[in-house]
Amino acid sequence: MKITVTVNGVDHTRVVEPRLLLIHFLRDELGLTGSHWGCDTSNCGACVIWLDRTPVKSCTVLAVMADGREIATVEGLGRDGALDPVQEAFAACHGLQCGFCTPGMLMTARWLLDHHPDPTAGEIREAISGQVCRCTGYENIVRSVLWAAKHDRPGTS
Amino acid sequence: MPSAGPAHEGRGALAREVRLQVPAQVEYERAASVEHALALLARYAPGARILAGGHSLIPMMKLRLAQPEVLIDINQISGLRYIERAGGELRIGALARHADLLAAPLAGEHFTILHDAERVIADPIVRNWGTIGGSLCQADPSEDLSAAFAALKGSMVIHGPGGRREVSARAFHTGPYETVVGPAEMLTEIRLPIRPGSGSAYLKVARRTGDWPIGAAGAAVWLAGGRITDVGIGLTAVGAAGFVAAEAEEFLRGRTADAQNLARAGEIAAEHCRPAADQRGPVEYKRHLVGELTARVLGTAVRRAGELAS
Repeated sequence: MKITVTVNGVDHTRVVEPRLLLIHFLRDELGLTGSHWGCDTSNCGACVIWLDRTPVKSCTVLAVMADGREIATVEGLGRDGALDPVQEAFAACHGLQCGFCTPGMLMTARWLLDHHPDPTAGEIREAISGQVCRCTGYENIVRSVLWAAKHDRPGTS
Repeated sequence: MPSAGPAHEGRGALAREVRLQVPAQVEYERAASVEHALALLARYAPGARILAGGHSLIPMMKLRLAQPEVLIDINQISGLRYIERAGGELRIGALARHADLLAAPLAGEHFTILHDAERVIADPIVRNWGTIGGSLCQADPSEDLSAAFAALKGSMVIHGPGGRREVSARAFHTGPYETVVGPAEMLTEIRLPIRPGSGSAYLKVARRTGDWPIGAAGAAVWLAGGRITDVGIGLTAVGAAGFVAAEAEEFLRGRTADAQNLARAGEIAAEHCRPAADQRGPVEYKRHLVGELTARVLGTAVRRAGELAS
């Protein structure tokens, strides 16, 4: 089936099998390997991307379901060579160690701050509760998102 | 066995692993309207499945627990995604996402139980895309909203080749993963009657955030002068027929809403449910949980009914 998906503002048209998962479409068809393929059971959240500006787990969406829709991935976070504040935050606050969960965490963090610019630590924990990090114990991720909230520039996304 | 696509070939053991985690080959159709979806169902049933959020169906397809020949995607039918008040009811379109229900003030205003339940269904990201109708039609015996809708004595609107019919939420499930929705039919709406004097609540115990419940209970009570004029108690994950604690409801109807009666209702609910021992706990523990959760949600529902009345 022929589908056209807008990913980070660029249209991509491909012929895909209906059963192809969106995460594999992004990684294997488009070469956008920033989004990670983790548990494959919609538990771990390493594959979180935005579908029509809403964070979803792309291991549990078919690529054909994204036809005609808009996708944003971690590759689209930075602008003009500059990191997004949430990316700067994870670097500044040691919000990652191995980095496997990071792309999903960044996409959720960006969405959270776009909708709740001044979240509490509790709200951040709730927002990332569908995402697993095995390195940081979440402490530094929460710290990173709080840092990003403080350093967010208006109109960054 | 078909391969998972060119990118996955030639990786040996990994490729074999990969193949287990992708759905089997399937045809795909996109419905533009309910009528179109019904026409597609009529053409492809019984091998067709409606694809809404896919957050139940796609995992089932990966595990080969579901192997539809044709998927009928209804995500474009925006007219099925709504939460509104009409005809003295709260009406929820089958394509409303879990996040929609949690964000809808209308739902919280009339049925606090819905917001209680939605807060503990899966996780925020899953709730963004998973749909209410999809959860109900998946009919997992541990599903949360099935218990909430049973407590609220709601009904389901089903469309099919024979037209439209409405089925009580308590008669919607015919068994684990089975509903009254026929192979050529689709669920389109959930209806919850709005009646004055009510309060409601939901409580779930799970092993960890976002997990399926070990046990959960929901209650809706209608009060007049401290007496319970009507009550709905929903249970999930504990083998309650129709997700309902009917005997406990029967006991409470007409009684005063005091702690002793509510505790007794919990005991009755625990007695009559039929939990199975599994990795989430033994039968004894689950019964204990039912008794405790039922009494607690009843207490909260009664308190909320009082607050609303005052």
